[in-house]
Amino acid sequence: MNGAHDLGGMHGFGPVDPEPNEPVFHSEWERRAFAVTLSTGFLGKWNIDQSRFARELMPPAEYLATSYYEHWLWGLEHLLVQQGLLTPEEIEARVAALRNGETPPVPAPWTPSSAGRVVRPGDVEKLLSTGNPFRVDEDIPPRFKAGDAVLTHNTHPRGHTRLPRYARGRRGVIDRDHGVFVFPDAHAEGLGKKPQHCYSVRFEARELWGPDAPANERIHIDLWDDYLEPA
Amino acid sequence: MSGHGHDHHDHDHDHDHDHDGPGEHGAPLEGPALRVKALESLLVEKGLVDPTTLDQLIDRYETKVGPRNGARVVARAWTDPAFKRRLLEDTSSAMAEFGYTGRQGENMVVVENTPQVHNIVVCTLCSCYPWPVLGLPPVWYKSAPYRSRAVIDPRGVLKEFGVELPADTEIRVWDSTAELRYLVLPMRPPGTEGMSEDDLAELVSRDSMIGTGLAAAAR
Repeated sequence: MNGAHDLGGMHGFGPVDPEPNEPVFHSEWERRAFAVTLSTGFLGKWNIDQSRFARELMPPAEYLATSYYEHWLWGLEHLLVQQGLLTPEEIEARVAALRNGETPPVPAPWTPSSAGRVVRPGDVEKLLSTGNPFRVDEDIPPRFKAGDAVLTHNTHPRGHTRLPRYARGRRGVIDRDHGVFVFPDAHAEGLGKKPQHCYSVRFEARELWGPDAPANERIHIDLWDDYLEPA
Repeated sequence: MSGHGHDHHDHDHDHDHDHDGPGEHGAPLEGPALRVKALESLLVEKGLVDPTTLDQLIDRYETKVGPRNGARVVARAWTDPAFKRRLLEDTSSAMAEFGYTGRQGENMVVVENTPQVHNIVVCTLCSCYPWPVLGLPPVWYKSAPYRSRAVIDPRGVLKEFGVELPADTEIRVWDSTAELRYLVLPMRPPGTEGMSEDDLAELVSRDSMIGTGLAAAAR
């Protein structure tokens, strides 16, 4: 979708502002938002592409006015409600109760739900050091090889896509074939993996930004077969 | 989906570490702190998240995984030509020799800086970043100024980081739009011959492995 998340090439956001000796988290709620998002991701109710798309659905003005972990929190709430794990009513009721200073109930003993894969402390290291299987072990022939000239589609899907606006309808060259990967546009819609080759495509800065761009700048973008046609 | 507060929108710049505002000391919670507490408490109550797991996840990324991992890989590549070759050709396997595998680093690519070519990594669409070797990304990497400008004005961005390259150096920007995760192999600083791998690793900053910095000069 043509959302506020698709920032490449925009002007007006000002200088980059690195913080010296920056901590990993800036507040306790960021720690909690990070960990709850990671943990609930393992429930198996949504995949990483659905998770990214949920954040992209945040209204553009709100997206640009909020911090990174607020995007995560918004996306998480969207997914929890969409999957029926929480209702908007119970969330609002809990928000109101906490605002009134009430202490939320803590079940004792705590027991895991059977509604999905609840990550237990003993699973953490193994799950995180293994990661997600984005690469698909299927023998699918590549449509392109290194050195081939390609043209990206000029397309504006309302759903999730990883073809940034600044690189649509542009000519590039296949730099390398990364192999067969899950296709996020389909995966985010719950339409399966639609496995296909993903390539590093090299674009001249002048192709993307016009003749005033420097001649010795190149932008490499990872793009799937479905985004490309021969040029 | 209402009720998301806007009162913390300048959060990125307030730098008030470990200050959570109201809530920590008994006062009512507000803004995103209130919202996340509501979600977390409901999920714990329903058995959908284990509170001990949450603490472990936070501890792992706050204290165990970080850019020191990547610095060790770079220092090894500087001192061991056979390892460097493996690192550039089969990056994920070479990283696995250090045990640096897993989430947000499943498919790693290392790009090498040379006197002719300088590489810089961004994720214009979200915040893709090689967690096993660099940890979680800094705020600036996830921010609109960096994500918008790294692809259209990389030299301007580099200048803000204090990096000025010769005009004839080729710049390659890597926009991490897929599940490949990029690490820059910075150039080894001159005058570091004979330094140990551990000492060399000290010269390798996080920014030098993103491409917004250079490895530090020998001390």
